[in-house]
Amino acid sequence: MSKPFNNKAWLFVLPVFVLVAISAIIPLMTVVNYSVQDTFGNNVFYWAGTEWFIEVLHSSRFHDALGRNLLFSAIILAIEIPLGICIALTLPKKGFWVPVCLILMALPLLIPWNVVGTIWQVFGRADIGLLGNTLMKLGVDYNYATNVFDAWATIIVMDVWHWTSLVVLLCYAGLVSIPEAYYQAARIDGASKWKVFRYIQLPKIKRVLLIAVLLRFMDSFMIYTEPFVLTGGGPGNSTTFLSIDLVKTAIGQFDLGPAAAMSLIYFLIVLLLSWVFYTIMENYGAEKQDPRVEQD
Amino acid sequence: MAQITLDQIAHSFDPNPASDADYALKNIDYRWEDGGAYALLGPSGCGKTTLLNIISGLLTSSNGRVLYDNNDMTLLTPEQRNIAQVFQFPVIYDTMTVAENLAFPLVNRGVDRSEIDKRVAEMLQTLELADKANRRAQGLTADEKQKISLGRGLVRYDVSAILFDEPLTVIDPHMKWQLRTKLKSLHEQLGHTMIYVTHDQTEALTFADKVVVMLEGNVLQVGTPEELFDNPAHTFVGYFIGSPGMNIFPGTVSGKSLRLGSVDVQLSKGYSNLIGKTEIGIRPEFITLTSASMAGSQGMKFNLESIEDVGRQKIVRGNIEGMVVNVIVTEDSEIPSEPYAILDPERVCVFQDSFLVSGDS
Amino acid sequence: MLELAGVNKQVGTELHINDVSLKMERGSLNILLGPTLSGKTSLMRLMAGLDRPTGGDITIDGKSVVGVKVRRRNIAMVYQQFINYPAFTVYENIASPLRLAGLEEKALDDKVREAADLLKLSDYLERTPLNLSGGQQQRTAIARALVKDAELVLLDEPLANLDYKLREELRVELPRIFSKSGAILIYATTEPYEALMLGGHTATLCEGCVTQFGSTIEVYKQPVDITTAQIFSDPPLNIAKVQKTDTALVYGTQQLGSVSNDLPNDSYTVAIRPHHVSLSPSDRYSVKISAVVTTSEMSGSETFIHVETEQDRWVLLTHGVRRVNTGDAITLYLDPTRFYMFNSAGALVRSPVQKSEVA
Repeated sequence: MSKPFNNKAWLFVLPVFVLVAISAIIPLMTVVNYSVQDTFGNNVFYWAGTEWFIEVLHSSRFHDALGRNLLFSAIILAIEIPLGICIALTLPKKGFWVPVCLILMALPLLIPWNVVGTIWQVFGRADIGLLGNTLMKLGVDYNYATNVFDAWATIIVMDVWHWTSLVVLLCYAGLVSIPEAYYQAARIDGASKWKVFRYIQLPKIKRVLLIAVLLRFMDSFMIYTEPFVLTGGGPGNSTTFLSIDLVKTAIGQFDLGPAAAMSLIYFLIVLLLSWVFYTIMENYGAEKQDPRVEQD
Repeated sequence: MAQITLDQIAHSFDPNPASDADYALKNIDYRWEDGGAYALLGPSGCGKTTLLNIISGLLTSSNGRVLYDNNDMTLLTPEQRNIAQVFQFPVIYDTMTVAENLAFPLVNRGVDRSEIDKRVAEMLQTLELADKANRRAQGLTADEKQKISLGRGLVRYDVSAILFDEPLTVIDPHMKWQLRTKLKSLHEQLGHTMIYVTHDQTEALTFADKVVVMLEGNVLQVGTPEELFDNPAHTFVGYFIGSPGMNIFPGTVSGKSLRLGSVDVQLSKGYSNLIGKTEIGIRPEFITLTSASMAGSQGMKFNLESIEDVGRQKIVRGNIEGMVVNVIVTEDSEIPSEPYAILDPERVCVFQDSFLVSGDS
Repeated sequence: MLELAGVNKQVGTELHINDVSLKMERGSLNILLGPTLSGKTSLMRLMAGLDRPTGGDITIDGKSVVGVKVRRRNIAMVYQQFINYPAFTVYENIASPLRLAGLEEKALDDKVREAADLLKLSDYLERTPLNLSGGQQQRTAIARALVKDAELVLLDEPLANLDYKLREELRVELPRIFSKSGAILIYATTEPYEALMLGGHTATLCEGCVTQFGSTIEVYKQPVDITTAQIFSDPPLNIAKVQKTDTALVYGTQQLGSVSNDLPNDSYTVAIRPHHVSLSPSDRYSVKISAVVTTSEMSGSETFIHVETEQDRWVLLTHGVRRVNTGDAITLYLDPTRFYMFNSAGALVRSPVQKSEVA
């Protein structure tokens, strides 16, 4: 520390520290505790070691749920990131419409998540929902409660509607900070719009994009509320994501041991994949680094 | 290369300009010769960057026309006008190497690959960047990046003019010197029309064949560095050029005689019928300081305030009859303790309402 | 009095400030001169207490101030980028340090108006910084520093973002403004000309080391080594590597004059200032060197001619307008009494002031 040491700053941190300890660290420790023990209910605990972890990792139920999560996140990122960038590119940078557009973009983000789920639940119903009804009139056989494809499609569209704005706002902030001179120079160089995007805009929003990707990945991988409200995990278990499965195991079946183990594994997977994303994106721009490599 | 004509250009950022004050540029009517090196010199806010952007096409003027070789370019974009512009801070493509940066404009115009390689190699040599050709442009120093910005303009065949918008702003004084000289020699070598915007008179005067001095949207004078130095058309030009600038003070002139305070100074030219505010201008370089005994009838008592030794010369600050005067003397000069100032009569400029009056010999 | 003794600042594996020792008296104007990244800002931050040195000590009037919080120290700082509170008027901006100190209203008002007067801001007291020109914004920042009556005032390239002419004016005013307060003024700049115009004392910095500290004109006229001489020249010094054999200074195939034989026979570096090179011979300008013109630049009253000698690129500065063409052969005349000579280690062995027996 080179700055003069100021002890008083710690006092600011103390309340937050206490809160985080109570709401996060202690529960986390409890989960770890449960994950290595077994109980038959009457508060008697037996040491189970890694038994739960092994069981979970081998269970096909877990694999299926994990597979669904990965597929879901992949689809979400593939849609939301490019879509977000495109929308951000079209937003105005100056003038009257800027605050209007930004507020419109922010609106979906402000809605409580279970309300989002409910909105789409109603929206998609064939009898009273606008979407469901319209599709029925058009002759499309759409039912998210019984058809697996429809359920997935609805959840994906719902998530895109809900969260693309986040990507838009982050990318917009990055784009707005690019000085005008870069665009002017590019015009003078005769660069096409695509080249301007590839060589000026994309490199300059790299940092922001990284944040957007990480946030969207983590959130989509941990998704719970919206699909739960919409489909409850159905039809069957086609939309039972890891989080839903976890809750069913822990609360529904009261299998605390496996549930705790599953949640820890879940946590570690999120951490691992986030790290992978981060490393890839950090090094993307630096790919062509080698300064004096001999050309063949 | 092209000859650029500005025909009655005026510009207002206000869609409904009501008065003169709403115009950023008032009335510019000028022709820039093909292959010339020009500078637009003036303080912040005088309109020089606005004028540059009108010439380049980044801004369309609200009045008047811009012609390149007698073709009306007023509504055309910069790409269509084929100009190159170097900005205040270096603009380079971060993800590309130096060579790729230089090749970019040619690649966009669909030039043959072998031709591109040849041009880029030539440019790298000229800019003395050949050893860094395959380095990522992002890692270079500020002056090297500005060279790349410049190179992207020069590498094109058909550049009609190269415009510089205060390009040395972010460069260290040491490198500023070298880069400036490089620009000058590039101009001699390649012969492009170059227009350079700056508020630094040394940059403007050393670079340009002709300097356009601007103030508040008006062109005060266009001339060679010597013309601006010896015969400033306006008191502002006299003050702005030279470090320190021209000494300007009020005085009364009748015929060949100038009355300053209690002394009558003989001038080399006669002036008659001067009305309005009369001011005298004389550069610090053209005042001599002598002792009382050598002063003669033309010497005026100089009240010494300070002497600044700046290495290659000394700046003597003081006043004559209450009017602030600066004098420049050579580094080895001795300043007498009770100095008297003698003005060089050939170098005295007379201004009427701030504009230069030419006297009759 | 501010004293730095053996101050070091290490960041990672790099030494940003390397063994700096300086003494600055009350009421003195001290200039830190050096190129960008030479350590001027790091040094100022150490003096202000915004950073802690990794070695050495900083004392004010004998008492160590390392570790004393910035707010407790009596300092004021002005930055390159016109830092002002954007939501406050000029009046409030200038008043802010006084309000923090709890000064009562009447005294505060007097002080603010006095500072505004000195900096010609009296007509703009009700405006906010965004409605001011660059020069006025910087004046506001300076007024705020002035009003604090600090014992140490740090100015980090304060005029760099201003117009050329404004810079000239403020440069003359700044020392005058702060001289009455008796504070130690520390001014960082990259321009040698600015240092010469301001006067006072100068410390030349290069890569975190102070190469020389003394009265400005002394450092200019008697640089201890070639690094200091080069930091302090604009236009750059003309350098010639010569070999001394007995009394002759051999420069390629030519001779750069002769010296007395009291220096050992070795290779030396001779430096000549651009304005000590002439195009016409005279008693003084007796050493002849031939060169080829590469470019010339005319600035109205003077001409800079860039040439290439056998081994080096030189610049000469002559009075008046001289027209030469690129590629012309040209003969230069040098004044040997103005030579600076540095030995192979870079240290000064001969300077113009000594003028000892140079033929």
